[in-house]
Amino acid sequence: MFEWIISILLLIGGCFILVGSIGLVKMPDFYMRLHGPTKATTLGMASLLTAAMVFFSTTQAGLSIKEILISLFLLLTAPISGYMMIKSAIHHKLDCIERTKGIDNIEDDV
Amino acid sequence: MLETVMLIVFAMVGVSLLLNVWRLLVGPSVPDRILALDTMYINSIALIILYGMSMGTTLYFEAALLIAMLGFVSTVAVCKYLLRGDIIE
Amino acid sequence: MRLEAKYNWLPSPFLSLLLFIVWLFLNNSVSNGHIVLAIILAIIIPLATKPFRTKQPLIIKPGLAFRHLLLVLYDIITANVQVAILILGPTKKLTPGFVKVPLDLTHSMPITILASTVSLTPGTVSAEVYPWNESLTEDEEPQERFLLIHVLNLEDEQALINTIKERYEAPLKEIFQC
Repeated sequence: MFEWIISILLLIGGCFILVGSIGLVKMPDFYMRLHGPTKATTLGMASLLTAAMVFFSTTQAGLSIKEILISLFLLLTAPISGYMMIKSAIHHKLDCIERTKGIDNIEDDV
Repeated sequence: MLETVMLIVFAMVGVSLLLNVWRLLVGPSVPDRILALDTMYINSIALIILYGMSMGTTLYFEAALLIAMLGFVSTVAVCKYLLRGDIIE
Repeated sequence: MRLEAKYNWLPSPFLSLLLFIVWLFLNNSVSNGHIVLAIILAIIIPLATKPFRTKQPLIIKPGLAFRHLLLVLYDIITANVQVAILILGPTKKLTPGFVKVPLDLTHSMPITILASTVSLTPGTVSAEVYPWNESLTEDEEPQERFLLIHVLNLEDEQALINTIKERYEAPLKEIFQC
């Protein structure tokens, strides 16, 4: 029973991590590449860590909930590092692909 | 069954690490490389947790937590350096 | 918006609660010794770091904050499935775009929370807060601000702005009462 839950959670996590990295390689410009790692990889890690939590709670004595800390930490920090990266990309005026709408919305920085 | 699933997930995380290395080498700009490194450390946490699970020990948890913290701080520090040309003003 | 906590010895109650929980999680036990140590740390660390931190608005409605947290968690899961489908689908069909969202929030802490939820939820990453000056002193008149976001697949700009304002910004305004 628990083996099934762990396996499904592990597979979901692995799939999301893989999707995030595929997005990193496949997308044409930096701004689109950022979407894969900030979202898919974070959820993949959360799912994988939940699997680890269930695994250690069932195989070893006592409940093991400290894996939540890593997923909490990643959930908190992923948007901030994404924000810093897109800020530096805008500062360096990286090219976006041509069909990007609303480029005028970017203001010049000081 | 769990051993097979773990092997499959090991392979998935390994392939993602290879994809990240490809993006790290190809670039083309500096923020791209930072993004590749950022994704890489998250994927290596996944690898460490998986390894701990297959060994059946929770000893690797602290290492994973430390990698998460140091990786975040270094990503922000490098971005700050790119933005300002200085880390602590 | 309330900036000061009720008691002097407890400058930020939610930080203390978080420290208490994190200490117990790290040690993975609820024995008496760890609980005492957690309480001591949860009181001493916020007091010791109080001079370094700027004053932030306190959460006034914790129940609503908890409900908003659950909503955001649910949205993270659904949005991730959407983004995964978009990433695996054909790249040529995607039309990315930059959108400017006008903000009603004024203080930096609620804006940070809003930007983080926007980054984690539907195919969007928050990029920038305009105008540039970062710190508002308390007597300064709050000016209108914009949040610049990058959207992976932009279809209807106005609908997206309305969703963000109603779904994520309105609860935040109520939680912090600002």
